[in-house]
Amino acid sequence: MTVFAFYLFAVVAVVAGLMVVLSKNPVHSVLWLILTFLSASGLFVLLGAEFVAMLLIIVYVGAVAVLFLFVVMMLDVDFAALKGELVRYMPLGLLMGVIMLLMLGMGFGAWQSADGAQALHAAPTPEGVQNTEALGLLIYDKYIYLFQAAGLILLVAMIGAILLTLRHRTDIKRQNVLAQMHRDPAKSLELVDVKPGQGL
Amino acid sequence: MTSADFSTVLPEFLLAVYAMAALLFGVWTGKDKVGPAILWATVAVLLVIGFWIGVGGSGARDAFGGLFLDDPFARFSKVAILFSAAAILAMSADYLVRRGLLRFEFPILVVLATIGMMMMVSAGDLMSLYLGLELMSLSLYVVAALRRDSERSSEAGLKYFVLGSLSSGLLLYGASLTYGFAGTTNFAGIISVVEAGHLPLGVLFGMVFMIAGLAFKVSAVPFHMWTPDVYEGSPTPVTAFFATAPKMAAMALIARLVYDAFGHVPSDWGQVLAIVAVASMFLGAVAGIGQKNIKRLMAYSSITHMGFALMGVLAGTEAGVSATLIYMSIYIAMNIGVFSFILAMERDGQPVTDISALNMLSKAEPLKALALLVLFFSLAGVPPMLGFFAKFAVIKAALFAGYTWVAVLGVVASVIAAFYYLRIVYYMYFGTETEALDSRMPAVQWVLLMASALVMVAGAMNLFGLEGAAQAAAAALVH
Repeated sequence: MTVFAFYLFAVVAVVAGLMVVLSKNPVHSVLWLILTFLSASGLFVLLGAEFVAMLLIIVYVGAVAVLFLFVVMMLDVDFAALKGELVRYMPLGLLMGVIMLLMLGMGFGAWQSADGAQALHAAPTPEGVQNTEALGLLIYDKYIYLFQAAGLILLVAMIGAILLTLRHRTDIKRQNVLAQMHRDPAKSLELVDVKPGQGL
Repeated sequence: MTSADFSTVLPEFLLAVYAMAALLFGVWTGKDKVGPAILWATVAVLLVIGFWIGVGGSGARDAFGGLFLDDPFARFSKVAILFSAAAILAMSADYLVRRGLLRFEFPILVVLATIGMMMMVSAGDLMSLYLGLELMSLSLYVVAALRRDSERSSEAGLKYFVLGSLSSGLLLYGASLTYGFAGTTNFAGIISVVEAGHLPLGVLFGMVFMIAGLAFKVSAVPFHMWTPDVYEGSPTPVTAFFATAPKMAAMALIARLVYDAFGHVPSDWGQVLAIVAVASMFLGAVAGIGQKNIKRLMAYSSITHMGFALMGVLAGTEAGVSATLIYMSIYIAMNIGVFSFILAMERDGQPVTDISALNMLSKAEPLKALALLVLFFSLAGVPPMLGFFAKFAVIKAALFAGYTWVAVLGVVASVIAAFYYLRIVYYMYFGTETEALDSRMPAVQWVLLMASALVMVAGAMNLFGLEGAAQAAAAALVH
């Protein structure tokens, strides 16, 4: 049963991944991408990593893919023109791809792990420890250094986004709420008696 | 996190805290009006931490279970990185202020990039290697596009970002292959399962992918395509920064990876690096000949120099690593001098980057022309300038390690590259009379230019004790 489920999810993941690249309509690509994420999370469940599987669905399917969808729909990208450009470089790209595939085939065909590798591989779920607890111990204790470094990277991303896009325009009028509230009718109104035939 | 772990990463931690404090200060107070204040404070902080690491540290220790290494090799690289970042910031202040480019985020991003570089050279694990690299790269992508109303600057940032992401992908793919083989991402773990002299095909691919990803960061051929465009398009202070500290960090990281993780199979990575080094030296030397823009020329110059620096790494010996460290330090010192002049190249207050603007500089500015002459001679490797000793050390290391063909080709390439450096000198002393450059040069830039030129001449005597420090650093890396 597990083997069947594994092959089901694996085949769906690969086919959907292929369709992400091949489908003509970018919106369809994103939908295929969501299917890829879903089957990947199925694979995680099979591995006993339920928490990561749920994260994949909530974060990637729920947030990232939907954002992708918005971006693809909002950006007016002429995909036909991009495709035309693609055709020009197709032969070279295909050649490199085939060479790469052959190389990796060679690499994986003669695949061997180091003698001690199996022992070194971290067990996915230690005995009697919950998924979330195990992750917490790793992320916030053993790998705290990496966790903080990742935080710094996100900070840079935020600074960069603001630095490169935020514009303070000086030629527009802004609402100043405090100034509005403190206005005094007595000072802001002036009665002027305008004589006929004369301007102000 | 124990307190021992914490005290090992204290310099990085303090820099990170400083960066965040400066960010808060900048946002809450005058925004870009406090830019100069933050910039000079940053220079001071970088210098202080550089001195602290240089004087204070001793011995070798690791933290967080081998994720972070603090040894003489890391400290040597960190001091070079911190000092060069401080020098670049100091000399770019005037340029940035006058062009309205001194956003207060700029020095903060430089600090964050510097933290990334320090994490890179201290990496003891593929994960900390990658995170350090990304922290540095992401900050650099942003500062490359700093002049956002200029199409060229935006193009530079975007090009660097797209190609940089590709190289990160290569690096990660290689890391995953290596992890699949070794079952661990720790360098010490990887080297313990790599048999001496024998590397299975799969992990060989992994290693080559990782070297390719890192070669992109030092702009070695065939991963150099981004360099001329990014150097030309970015604001000049950013170009100066690209040419110094990140190069040192990435070169140190390559050495760290191949020696710490794959030290048992020097012939496997030696031949990969040999091809990359020879290609870089020749492409940089030949393609630089036709350049008219001095920033593009410096891009090709840096490609050539990275080829030479790699020659020391590929030797696989202690002398080789120490030669690379010396080479990189001297390369950084030369670039600081040259760029502090390029930053001041102006005509009627507008920046000029055309090489022909240097025509007959010797008449208008004899002292500056002399300093530039020394620096370009040093870049070309003309004795008795320091650049010659740098080239001599790496070529000797390659020769003793049995890479005779690399050493011979290196000499040929340096002769070709000498052409475009000497052509600039020719323009300065024997060129045709043209409209002169502005003579204005802020004091900081003047001091850096003269100091750098002086170092190139005076350093020939004893290298200021650099050799001893580099040897200690290399001894810590090569087992």
